[in-house]
Amino acid sequence: MNASVAAVDWPEQLYATLKRAGIRQVGYVPDAGHARLIDRVRADPDIHDVVLSTEEEGIALAAGAWLGGQRAVLLMQSSGVGNCVNMLSLARTCRFPLLMMITMRGEWEEFNPWQQPMGSIVEPVMKLNEAEIYRATKPEEVEGLAERAVQHVFGDERIAALILSQQLIGKKVWTK
Amino acid sequence: MSAQPTGGLDRRAAMAALLADRGDDLVAVPGLGSTCWDLAAAGDNDRNFYLWGAMGGAAMVGLGLALAQPERRVLVVTGDGEMLMGMGSLATIGIQKPANLAVVVFDNGHYGETGMQPSHTHGGGVDLVAVARGCGIETTVDVRDEAGLAALVGRIKTLSGEGPLFARLAISAAEAPRVLPERDGVVLKNRFRAAIGLKA
Repeated sequence: MNASVAAVDWPEQLYATLKRAGIRQVGYVPDAGHARLIDRVRADPDIHDVVLSTEEEGIALAAGAWLGGQRAVLLMQSSGVGNCVNMLSLARTCRFPLLMMITMRGEWEEFNPWQQPMGSIVEPVMKLNEAEIYRATKPEEVEGLAERAVQHVFGDERIAALILSQQLIGKKVWTK
Repeated sequence: MSAQPTGGLDRRAAMAALLADRGDDLVAVPGLGSTCWDLAAAGDNDRNFYLWGAMGGAAMVGLGLALAQPERRVLVVTGDGEMLMGMGSLATIGIQKPANLAVVVFDNGHYGETGMQPSHTHGGGVDLVAVARGCGIETTVDVRDEAGLAALVGRIKTLSGEGPLFARLAISAAEAPRVLPERDGVVLKNRFRAAIGLKA
């Protein structure tokens, strides 16, 4: 872990951003890059932590939350974006606010080639779905980008993807 | 394989029974296709959120709503095909266990909107009640006749207890005329929120 990662605790900042934004529901399919944020959310009695069987469930969950007056965010790995594509029509047709925090695989120093095909098309897929893209590569830029994504989503009832790059998260360690 | 009606409850009468004297605390989400038209036919209401798409998402919209509005009863009514596409959501609901959520499946064993092709539940192939129970939804009901429907209506009137309710209704494969509700998603969203006292 390098000095800047140690200095800026971005998962904790993301949690603080969710709290400031008044997020009450967090849907997620676990990813190692989201592990600390998921732990914080699960320990928070004011947030419904909803573990999903597939990421597309989260699009519908967030729509229902908004219909009921609560704000939701979704946490997923890049591979999960592909599972969401048709369900994103719900957010687009109805202009539901939708904030997706996506941890990347298949880019920087990826060991597993099976992650590359979906990882390489996350941004184009999200752009085709009218999402604003906020990509964080350095720890010190995560919080600011997350705040802007929150404003875009809930201020204007739009879709945003906060992309947490593999360089930010760090290389997955493979051992036998 | 026959697509002819082979018994089962009338879908329009069943929906009307579920929504009769609904009360202001009940909000309804239908799946796309026939159950959406059935809900519209039972009487338009701002507290209905009609899904014209998002196949497989009805139960999850219901879950988000139920978690956000614990004092309201949330009634999802969807078809067997729509439920099959979102079957994992029963697992997600089984973990969350919101007591104010009812998921009711109108099971006619067919994909009605696309030409009545047999679905996985046709002829008893897949048992959605067993799936729901296996997902940890403890209160499950298999409704096969008018008496069962009346009992279900009674349960939905209160919808309080230890967890969510899942019901499967054996529905006749007879098709009913389309009754089309509002289809502008933004209008549907905003009128729903306004109706429950939120800023549209």
